[in-house]
Amino acid sequence: MSLSTQHPASESARGPLPRIAALFAGLLFGVGLVLAGMTNPGKVTAFLDLFGRWDPSLAFVMMGAIGVHALLLRPILRLRNPLFASSFQVPQKTSIDGRLVLGAALFGVGWGLGGVCPGPGVVSAASGSGYALVFVATMAAGALLEGRLFARKA
Amino acid sequence: MDSFTPFSALAGGAVIGLAASFYMLSLGRVAGISGIFASVLQRRPASESSAPSDTASPPESLTSSYGSYFLIGLLLAGFAARMVAPTSLPSGTQSLLLAGASGLFVGLGTRLGSGCTSGHGVCGLSRFSKRSLVATLTFMATGILTVAALRAFGALS
Repeated sequence: MSLSTQHPASESARGPLPRIAALFAGLLFGVGLVLAGMTNPGKVTAFLDLFGRWDPSLAFVMMGAIGVHALLLRPILRLRNPLFASSFQVPQKTSIDGRLVLGAALFGVGWGLGGVCPGPGVVSAASGSGYALVFVATMAAGALLEGRLFARKA
Repeated sequence: MDSFTPFSALAGGAVIGLAASFYMLSLGRVAGISGIFASVLQRRPASESSAPSDTASPPESLTSSYGSYFLIGLLLAGFAARMVAPTSLPSGTQSLLLAGASGLFVGLGTRLGSGCTSGHGVCGLSRFSKRSLVATLTFMATGILTVAALRAFGALS
Protein backbone atom coordinates (compact mmCIF):
# COMPACT_ATOMS: atom_id res chain seq x y z
CA MET A 1 0.00 0.00 0.00
CA SER A 2 2.67 2.48 0.99
CA LEU A 3 4.64 1.67 -2.15
CA SER A 4 1.82 2.68 -4.41
CA THR A 5 1.62 6.25 -3.14
CA GLN A 6 4.94 7.28 -4.70
CA HIS A 7 4.46 5.52 -8.01
CA PRO A 8 0.75 5.24 -8.67
CA ALA A 9 1.11 2.21 -10.89
CA SER A 10 3.88 0.30 -12.57
CA GLU A 11 4.11 0.40 -16.34
CA SER A 12 2.42 -2.95 -16.77
CA ALA A 13 -0.28 -2.29 -14.20
CA ARG A 14 -1.60 0.66 -16.15
CA GLY A 15 -3.04 -1.54 -18.84
CA PRO A 16 -3.76 -0.19 -22.29
CA LEU A 17 -4.47 3.41 -21.21
CA PRO A 18 -0.95 4.84 -21.83
CA ARG A 19 -0.87 3.26 -25.26
CA ILE A 20 -4.31 4.60 -26.11
CA ALA A 21 -3.30 8.04 -24.84
CA ALA A 22 -0.12 8.06 -26.94
CA LEU A 23 -2.06 6.90 -29.99
CA PHE A 24 -4.69 9.57 -29.48
CA ALA A 25 -2.07 12.28 -28.99
CA GLY A 26 -0.37 11.25 -32.23
CA LEU A 27 -3.65 11.13 -34.14
CA LEU A 28 -4.66 14.56 -32.84
CA PHE A 29 -1.23 15.97 -33.65
CA GLY A 30 -1.45 14.56 -37.17
CA VAL A 31 -4.93 15.96 -37.74
CA GLY A 32 -3.63 19.35 -36.60
CA LEU A 33 -0.70 19.16 -39.02
CA VAL A 34 -3.00 18.38 -41.97
CA LEU A 35 -5.50 21.07 -41.01
CA ALA A 36 -2.68 23.59 -40.58
CA GLY A 37 -1.31 22.91 -44.06
CA MET A 38 2.00 21.53 -42.79
CA THR A 39 1.65 18.37 -44.89
CA ASN A 40 1.62 20.43 -48.06
CA PRO A 41 5.30 20.97 -49.04
CA GLY A 42 4.33 23.82 -51.36
CA LYS A 43 2.72 25.62 -48.46
CA VAL A 44 5.79 25.17 -46.25
CA THR A 45 8.14 26.29 -48.99
CA ALA A 46 5.95 29.34 -49.58
CA PHE A 47 6.25 30.22 -45.88
CA LEU A 48 10.04 30.10 -46.15
CA ASP A 49 9.97 32.00 -49.46
CA LEU A 50 10.43 35.34 -47.74
CA PHE A 51 12.18 36.89 -50.74
CA GLY A 52 9.74 35.46 -53.27
CA ARG A 53 6.06 34.61 -53.02
CA TRP A 54 5.82 34.66 -49.25
CA ASP A 55 2.78 33.05 -47.64
CA PRO A 56 2.74 33.90 -43.92
CA SER A 57 0.09 31.26 -43.05
CA LEU A 58 2.43 28.99 -41.13
CA ALA A 59 3.24 31.78 -38.69
CA PHE A 60 -0.38 31.39 -37.62
CA VAL A 61 0.22 27.68 -37.03
CA MET A 62 3.01 28.56 -34.64
CA MET A 63 0.85 31.17 -32.92
CA GLY A 64 -2.03 28.73 -32.47
CA ALA A 65 0.16 25.87 -31.27
CA ILE A 66 2.31 27.90 -28.89
CA GLY A 67 -0.66 29.90 -27.62
CA VAL A 68 -2.61 26.80 -26.63
CA HIS A 69 0.38 24.78 -25.40
CA ALA A 70 1.92 27.57 -23.33
CA LEU A 71 -1.44 28.20 -21.70
CA LEU A 72 -2.11 24.54 -20.84
CA LEU A 73 1.44 23.59 -19.90
CA ARG A 74 1.53 25.57 -16.65
CA PRO A 75 -1.46 23.91 -14.95
CA ILE A 76 -0.38 20.50 -16.28
CA LEU A 77 3.11 20.77 -14.83
CA ARG A 78 1.66 21.74 -11.45
CA LEU A 79 0.17 18.25 -11.13
CA ARG A 80 2.00 15.74 -8.97
CA ASN A 81 2.50 13.37 -11.89
CA PRO A 82 1.10 12.70 -15.37
CA LEU A 83 -2.05 10.59 -15.67
CA PHE A 84 -0.30 7.46 -16.93
CA ALA A 85 3.37 7.88 -16.02
CA SER A 86 5.29 8.30 -12.78
CA SER A 87 6.90 11.66 -13.54
CA PHE A 88 7.13 14.58 -15.93
CA GLN A 89 10.26 14.54 -18.10
CA VAL A 90 10.94 18.05 -19.34
CA PRO A 91 14.29 18.83 -21.01
CA GLN A 92 16.55 20.53 -18.45
CA LYS A 93 19.50 21.36 -20.67
CA THR A 94 20.16 25.08 -21.00
CA SER A 95 23.56 25.25 -22.73
CA ILE A 96 23.63 26.73 -26.19
CA ASP A 97 26.42 24.86 -27.94
CA GLY A 98 27.71 24.29 -31.45
CA ARG A 99 25.86 21.03 -31.64
CA LEU A 100 22.49 22.72 -31.17
CA VAL A 101 23.20 25.49 -33.67
CA LEU A 102 24.80 23.28 -36.34
CA GLY A 103 22.03 20.70 -35.98
CA ALA A 104 19.28 23.30 -36.26
CA ALA A 105 21.05 24.89 -39.24
CA LEU A 106 21.24 21.54 -41.07
CA PHE A 107 17.63 20.80 -40.23
CA GLY A 108 16.61 24.16 -41.68
CA VAL A 109 18.43 23.37 -44.93
CA GLY A 110 16.53 20.08 -45.18
CA TRP A 111 13.25 21.76 -44.29
CA GLY A 112 13.81 24.34 -47.02
CA LEU A 113 14.86 21.77 -49.63
CA GLY A 114 11.82 19.56 -49.27
CA GLY A 115 9.20 21.60 -47.43
CA VAL A 116 8.77 18.73 -45.00
CA CYS A 117 9.61 18.32 -41.32
CA PRO A 118 9.45 15.05 -39.37
CA GLY A 119 5.78 15.05 -38.28
CA PRO A 120 4.26 15.93 -41.65
CA GLY A 121 6.71 13.50 -43.28
CA VAL A 122 5.39 10.58 -41.22
CA VAL A 123 1.75 11.64 -41.72
CA SER A 124 2.16 12.01 -45.48
CA ALA A 125 4.08 8.74 -45.79
CA ALA A 126 1.02 6.93 -44.45
CA SER A 127 -1.05 8.50 -47.21
CA GLY A 128 1.12 6.60 -49.67
CA SER A 129 2.92 9.65 -51.04
CA GLY A 130 6.14 8.52 -52.74
CA TYR A 131 7.64 11.91 -51.98
CA ALA A 132 7.04 11.45 -48.24
CA LEU A 133 8.14 7.81 -48.26
CA VAL A 134 11.49 8.80 -49.77
CA PHE A 135 11.75 11.64 -47.23
CA VAL A 136 11.08 9.37 -44.24
CA ALA A 137 13.52 6.74 -45.50
CA THR A 138 16.38 9.21 -45.87
CA MET A 139 15.39 10.92 -42.61
CA ALA A 140 15.90 7.57 -40.88
CA ALA A 141 19.25 7.20 -42.65
CA GLY A 142 20.22 10.72 -41.59
CA ALA A 143 19.29 10.05 -37.96
CA LEU A 144 21.38 6.86 -37.93
CA LEU A 145 24.23 8.63 -39.71
CA GLU A 146 24.27 11.29 -37.00
CA GLY A 147 24.98 8.56 -34.47
CA ARG A 148 28.01 7.45 -36.49
CA LEU A 149 29.37 10.91 -37.20
CA PHE A 150 28.81 12.59 -33.87
CA ALA A 151 29.03 9.96 -31.17
CA ARG A 152 27.90 11.39 -27.86
CA LYS A 153 30.14 11.19 -24.87
CA ALA A 154 28.88 8.57 -22.43
CA MET B 1 -2.84 26.17 -53.41
CA ASP B 2 -0.28 28.47 -51.87
CA SER B 3 -2.77 31.14 -50.93
CA PHE B 4 -2.98 32.75 -47.51
CA THR B 5 -5.00 30.57 -45.09
CA PRO B 6 -4.75 32.19 -41.64
CA PHE B 7 -7.87 30.61 -40.14
CA SER B 8 -7.19 26.96 -40.93
CA ALA B 9 -3.56 27.59 -39.97
CA LEU B 10 -4.55 29.00 -36.59
CA ALA B 11 -7.07 26.19 -35.99
CA GLY B 12 -4.57 23.51 -37.04
CA GLY B 13 -1.97 25.07 -34.78
CA ALA B 14 -4.39 25.06 -31.86
CA VAL B 15 -5.07 21.34 -32.43
CA ILE B 16 -1.30 20.71 -32.48
CA GLY B 17 -1.00 22.61 -29.19
CA LEU B 18 -3.83 20.54 -27.69
CA ALA B 19 -2.15 17.30 -28.83
CA ALA B 20 1.20 18.29 -27.32
CA SER B 21 -0.57 19.25 -24.09
CA PHE B 22 -2.46 15.97 -23.95
CA TYR B 23 0.79 14.02 -24.45
CA MET B 24 2.37 15.92 -21.54
CA LEU B 25 -0.72 15.51 -19.37
CA SER B 26 -1.07 11.77 -19.98
CA LEU B 27 2.53 10.58 -20.34
CA GLY B 28 4.62 13.48 -19.07
CA ARG B 29 6.71 13.72 -22.21
CA VAL B 30 7.52 16.37 -24.79
CA ALA B 31 5.83 15.72 -28.14
CA GLY B 32 9.02 16.16 -30.14
CA ILE B 33 8.51 14.10 -33.25
CA SER B 34 12.12 13.81 -34.43
CA GLY B 35 13.05 12.51 -30.96
CA ILE B 36 10.16 10.06 -30.86
CA PHE B 37 10.98 8.89 -34.39
CA ALA B 38 14.65 8.33 -33.54
CA SER B 39 13.88 6.50 -30.30
CA VAL B 40 11.56 4.10 -32.10
CA LEU B 41 14.04 3.72 -34.96
CA GLN B 42 16.96 2.82 -32.74
CA ARG B 43 15.08 0.43 -30.53
CA ARG B 44 13.51 -1.55 -33.32
CA PRO B 45 16.20 -3.97 -34.53
CA ALA B 46 15.98 -6.74 -31.96
CA SER B 47 18.88 -8.53 -33.63
CA GLU B 48 21.29 -5.74 -32.83
CA SER B 49 23.85 -6.12 -30.09
CA SER B 50 22.33 -5.60 -26.68
CA ALA B 51 25.50 -3.95 -25.41
CA PRO B 52 25.13 -0.26 -24.61
CA SER B 53 25.58 1.61 -27.83
CA ASP B 54 28.28 4.22 -28.10
CA THR B 55 26.42 5.88 -30.90
CA ALA B 56 23.90 8.61 -30.32
CA SER B 57 20.66 7.60 -28.77
CA PRO B 58 17.97 10.01 -27.71
CA PRO B 59 17.95 10.77 -24.00
CA GLU B 60 16.08 7.76 -22.72
CA SER B 61 14.28 9.59 -19.97
CA LEU B 62 12.85 12.15 -22.36
CA THR B 63 11.27 9.69 -24.74
CA SER B 64 8.38 7.56 -23.66
CA SER B 65 8.29 3.86 -24.35
CA TYR B 66 4.94 4.62 -25.90
CA GLY B 67 6.47 6.65 -28.73
CA SER B 68 5.64 3.97 -31.27
CA TYR B 69 1.95 4.44 -30.45
CA PHE B 70 2.28 8.17 -31.01
CA LEU B 71 3.77 7.42 -34.44
CA ILE B 72 0.92 5.01 -35.22
CA GLY B 73 -1.47 7.86 -34.37
CA LEU B 74 0.34 10.09 -36.88
CA LEU B 75 0.04 7.35 -39.49
CA LEU B 76 -3.70 7.03 -38.83
CA ALA B 77 -4.03 10.76 -39.45
CA GLY B 78 -2.27 10.23 -42.78
CA PHE B 79 -4.70 7.46 -43.79
CA ALA B 80 -7.62 9.69 -42.84
CA ALA B 81 -6.19 12.67 -44.73
CA ARG B 82 -5.84 10.59 -47.86
CA MET B 83 -9.57 9.92 -47.79
CA VAL B 84 -10.82 13.29 -46.56
CA ALA B 85 -8.30 15.89 -47.74
CA PRO B 86 -6.02 14.48 -50.46
CA THR B 87 -5.10 17.94 -51.73
CA SER B 88 -3.45 18.75 -48.40
CA LEU B 89 -0.82 16.06 -49.03
CA PRO B 90 2.29 16.09 -51.24
CA SER B 91 1.29 15.90 -54.89
CA GLY B 92 2.89 13.38 -57.19
CA THR B 93 4.75 16.02 -59.15
CA GLN B 94 7.46 16.96 -56.68
CA SER B 95 11.09 15.97 -57.10
CA LEU B 96 12.02 12.74 -55.33
CA LEU B 97 15.64 13.83 -55.42
CA LEU B 98 14.79 16.89 -53.34
CA ALA B 99 12.75 14.71 -50.97
CA GLY B 100 15.72 12.40 -50.47
CA ALA B 101 18.21 15.21 -49.88
CA SER B 102 15.74 16.94 -47.60
CA GLY B 103 15.20 13.85 -45.44
CA LEU B 104 18.92 13.27 -45.02
CA PHE B 105 19.52 16.81 -43.75
CA VAL B 106 16.41 16.69 -41.55
CA GLY B 107 17.34 13.33 -40.00
CA LEU B 108 20.92 14.37 -39.31
CA GLY B 109 20.17 17.92 -38.22
CA THR B 110 17.29 17.13 -35.87
CA ARG B 111 19.35 14.52 -34.00
CA LEU B 112 22.39 16.74 -33.75
CA GLY B 113 20.26 19.70 -32.66
CA SER B 114 17.97 17.59 -30.42
CA GLY B 115 14.71 18.63 -32.00
CA CYS B 116 12.63 19.86 -34.89
CA THR B 117 9.66 22.12 -35.48
CA SER B 118 7.62 20.28 -32.86
CA GLY B 119 10.19 19.74 -30.11
CA HIS B 120 11.89 23.13 -30.37
CA GLY B 121 9.39 25.20 -32.33
CA VAL B 122 6.21 24.30 -30.46
CA CYS B 123 7.08 22.57 -27.18
CA GLY B 124 10.33 24.41 -26.44
CA LEU B 125 9.04 27.87 -27.25
CA SER B 126 5.95 27.19 -25.14
CA ARG B 127 8.28 26.63 -22.17
CA PHE B 128 10.23 29.78 -23.10
CA SER B 129 13.37 27.67 -23.52
CA LYS B 130 16.33 29.73 -24.71
CA ARG B 131 17.87 26.70 -26.41
CA SER B 132 14.70 26.16 -28.40
CA LEU B 133 14.50 29.84 -29.32
CA VAL B 134 18.06 29.73 -30.69
CA ALA B 135 17.30 26.48 -32.54
CA THR B 136 14.03 27.81 -34.00
CA LEU B 137 15.58 31.08 -35.19
CA THR B 138 18.47 29.11 -36.69
CA PHE B 139 16.38 26.62 -38.66
CA MET B 140 14.02 29.35 -39.81
CA ALA B 141 17.00 31.35 -41.08
CA THR B 142 18.67 28.48 -42.94
CA GLY B 143 15.28 27.35 -44.26
CA ILE B 144 14.64 30.82 -45.69
CA LEU B 145 18.15 30.96 -47.17
CA THR B 146 17.74 27.50 -48.70
CA VAL B 147 14.44 28.44 -50.36
CA ALA B 148 16.01 31.69 -51.59
CA ALA B 149 18.83 29.62 -53.10
CA LEU B 150 16.35 27.22 -54.73
CA ARG B 151 14.60 30.24 -56.19
CA ALA B 152 17.88 31.74 -57.40
CA PHE B 153 18.73 28.49 -59.18
CA GLY B 154 15.31 28.38 -60.76
CA ALA B 155 14.12 25.34 -58.83
CA LEU B 156 10.95 27.13 -57.68
CA SER B 157 8.11 28.35 -59.84
